[in-house]
Amino acid sequence: MKRNVLIVIVVAGLLVFSWIALRRHSSGDQRAAGLRPAPDFSLTDLSGRLLRLSDYRGKIVILDFWATWCEPCKQEIPHFVELQNKYSAQGLQILGVSMDDSEPPVRQFQQQFKMNYPVAVGTPKLADQYGGVLGLPITFVIDRQGRIVSRHIGATNPSVFEAEIQRLF
Amino acid sequence: MRHYSFPRSLAVLIFFSALLTSPQATAADSASLKTLTPEELLSILNAKSAKPPKPLLFHVGSHMFYVQAHIPGSEYIGQGNTPDGLQHLRQRVSNVSKKTFIVLYCGCCPWNHCPTVNPAYDALAQMGFTNVKVLYMANNFGADWVNKGYPIARGE
Repeated sequence: MKRNVLIVIVVAGLLVFSWIALRRHSSGDQRAAGLRPAPDFSLTDLSGRLLRLSDYRGKIVILDFWATWCEPCKQEIPHFVELQNKYSAQGLQILGVSMDDSEPPVRQFQQQFKMNYPVAVGTPKLADQYGGVLGLPITFVIDRQGRIVSRHIGATNPSVFEAEIQRLF
Repeated sequence: MRHYSFPRSLAVLIFFSALLTSPQATAADSASLKTLTPEELLSILNAKSAKPPKPLLFHVGSHMFYVQAHIPGSEYIGQGNTPDGLQHLRQRVSNVSKKTFIVLYCGCCPWNHCPTVNPAYDALAQMGFTNVKVLYMANNFGADWVNKGYPIARGE
């Protein structure tokens, strides 16, 4: 019996270690990007409407660079849908910029995942403005004054975003 | 208080451990791919002698990424996880010796989530290519190549 308990403890320890390692992988890449202004941009979203970052001044914006073929992005997006539902009344706006090379898979993905926030296909120029998007996902949290509060590289625990935006409310 | 049996408790723990740590089925798999590190590739590219031979360097990720930054001399092939990308890859190597040293790279995502390199590698293996390696990037092209100050080119 003692041996069984010991095995359970060891496995539980491994589980906790894995969880911590996973959190470090995502949040460890997080770098405070300083409070520099978020570069403004204009894109046409999948609905055909103008998507201009400066139009969201006064809101807290989560700007998510993602792609349909990016598995960590797929894990994050349902959480963004939840956050948009939960906090839109308090001024949260999530914006999705896909780094797919074409629009059709993005449109299909948007419908499949019931994305409830504007989504547009990005450009290399826009990626450059944000320091290069050379790995996905990359997500920026932007405050009501249009300043970049943080940048998250890799799949990030939704609680991290939730804590950040709550501090900004 | 409800008590769970030892095997059941163990099974639950193993299940969640597996959920946390297992890569996707289509993701890059170090066990089945021959890899080289960015430093090894850089050393080969910088070598002045003809040995080891310079590889054909194929980018099999997103074009959006390639335009932002790619390894100088690498060719854009198309995404290795798409039929178009694989078709282009097969066409590109159709007249190439099967012994040619080929390096594939992507760097879109963390290594165990990259969807493109495995299918491209498999396609070349099926065609009989025997000297194919994949550039191992643990995190992504930005972190594992660009941010290290290694050479890049931009544009189409």
